[in-house]
Amino acid sequence: MNYVLIIGAKSDIAKELARIYAMNNFNLILAGREINSLNDLSQDLKIRYKIDVQLVEFNITDFESHESFFNDLIIKPVGIILSAGFMTDQKVCEIDFDKSLNTINVNYVGAVSILNIFANLFEQNKNGFIIGISSVAGDRGRKANYIYGSAKAGFSAYLSGLRNRLYKSNVHVLTVKPGFVYTKMTEHLNLPEKLTAQPDEIAKDIFHAQQINIDVLYSKWLWKYIMLIIKHIPETIFKKLNI
Amino acid sequence: MQNSNLTSWGNYPKLKNKVYKFRDLDSLKNLLASNKIFIAYGNGRSYGDSALNEHIIYTKNWNYFLDFDEVNGILHVQSGVLLSEILDIIVPKGWFLKVTPGTKLITVGGAIASDVHGKNHHIEGCFSESVIEFNLMLPNGEIKNCQKNDELFLATAGGMGLTGIILDAKIALKKINSKNINQTTIKTKNLKETFEAFEKYSEMPYSVAWIDCLAKDKNIGRSLLMVGDFANDGDLNYKSKQKINIPFNLPSFLLNNITVKIFNWLYYHKNYKQIKTQKVEIDSFFYPLDSIDNWNRIYGSNGFTQYQFILPKEKSFSGLSEILEKIAESGKGSFLAVLKLYGKQNNNYLSFPIEGYSLALDFKIEDSLFKLLDDLDKIVVKYGGRIYLTKDSRVKKEFFKKGYPKIYKFKEIRSKNKMNDKFESLQSNRLGI
Repeated sequence: MNYVLIIGAKSDIAKELARIYAMNNFNLILAGREINSLNDLSQDLKIRYKIDVQLVEFNITDFESHESFFNDLIIKPVGIILSAGFMTDQKVCEIDFDKSLNTINVNYVGAVSILNIFANLFEQNKNGFIIGISSVAGDRGRKANYIYGSAKAGFSAYLSGLRNRLYKSNVHVLTVKPGFVYTKMTEHLNLPEKLTAQPDEIAKDIFHAQQINIDVLYSKWLWKYIMLIIKHIPETIFKKLNI
Repeated sequence: MQNSNLTSWGNYPKLKNKVYKFRDLDSLKNLLASNKIFIAYGNGRSYGDSALNEHIIYTKNWNYFLDFDEVNGILHVQSGVLLSEILDIIVPKGWFLKVTPGTKLITVGGAIASDVHGKNHHIEGCFSESVIEFNLMLPNGEIKNCQKNDELFLATAGGMGLTGIILDAKIALKKINSKNINQTTIKTKNLKETFEAFEKYSEMPYSVAWIDCLAKDKNIGRSLLMVGDFANDGDLNYKSKQKINIPFNLPSFLLNNITVKIFNWLYYHKNYKQIKTQKVEIDSFFYPLDSIDNWNRIYGSNGFTQYQFILPKEKSFSGLSEILEKIAESGKGSFLAVLKLYGKQNNNYLSFPIEGYSLALDFKIEDSLFKLLDDLDKIVVKYGGRIYLTKDSRVKKEFFKKGYPKIYKFKEIRSKNKMNDKFESLQSNRLGI
């Protein structure tokens, strides 16, 4: 049975992705910081779905370690899902560069660093898939969230280029742009119910999109149209808005 | 936090609420340390207002399987795991739940908090009888391991979530050698025959009767008694049944005295034979309604309530006759009226079952209903019976109290552990628990 690697496996979306891939008979390699915190999830997946689960320590901002992380993987996966993300208060980022830097490093630099390595493997194998969980926040910079948004914009552009490069090698790259999701990251926010997805809905959408080779997935789907409008507002007007 | 309007299975009452989830014990502890008052909510299958309030702790995401000992049949799960998820794992390995209610779409935490029972109460007792131990988070964040006969076990099993947040539980399973049940259906002509049939088949592990609550005069109490036991054919290839869905609330006028009468007449007469035997699967025997998603919508947007009471055995015949007569007279029928003979009561302070007969009836919510139910309460109390909190959204405090003599002990534990400062439901407020 094939293995799928999930980076940032502690997130709410990752937990649901792990379940849906396990349910569909994929073994899993779950990577994240403090792998002890993944023990319960791993045990749950083994009991429910009778698959193999391996836990591997991984720190997305420790770029130096990424090469050896890859080399140490005894079994190489057929697909990688990058779900590590970091969002903090925009206002904090504005006065604390370390926070800005961490936002950029987790959401963009670290993602590039690890995906570069797997992209080379999959390209060589002429097989594999890459799922990057970006965000609608990357579609346009807004004053409320532009540090995070710009890192995600970079990540989305990276995935787009990667898809272009790997197309002829039969490697599928899926860019996921979730809108609002009820997760730990958004727990303190008061989100509109109709526009906000549960992590398991996002996971289902992602699995389905990967299986049928969709390139860019908005989830919930109506975010595609919301962002279409937001992207087309002229900058002279946009700069005056509070959205 | 999520703004929501979670209701219970009865879709009555309705309210706006704020829903909180937790991912680890620290976040739950922090939540409890806030100045809000909460009630735990699992899969929303209790019928009344026992899991409703302004601030809800949603437990369904707390749903890891922690251990499954396939040799000895012991399962350790977090409280948000659904019974349906458990069956998917255990039935193919030759195990079943010792006690299961008529729906598998409830959480383990909810099963303990309601101390649910099933068609085998007369043999296996309530759900808590199969619980070896569980962990409970108290208002101050402390985690208590609760085992049989511990004060906190007795209060929490059947305690409607009013003692804390149930975190995880170890439950003992029942060995089976088939996913099939040999079912026998016995048609009875009146209440006397129904009672006799229950006694006659009391050694069968599973038994329940559908009763035609609109039948009058000499037909009062006519029923179809279904009894059964697991087959022994070695077929464990269990898969959940496909579901159909009721996509929206049906107009409530569809359910009226005439349509229910027709349904009941047809249902009763579809069995020609006095006694019929057949082999059926787990899902059709235990969970017939689970195959229809959102079946509660047939009662319309005003919702419904299930009236379930139990009477001591020696008084059941007179009590039930009086109540059935009253219901038939009111014309407020229910097509899902379920009668069952129960075994001995356990020691939990608020568990519903006592030795005797219980009747459960669904009624759509309408203004004139409440008067009828108040009248029924009086009869129930007169015969020494009680109302099931898991189904209830309207009983009055004084009637409730008369049925549950151990409520004082329960309240004492609540106040001793400061549980009444942290956990409340609309129901506990209404009943002053």
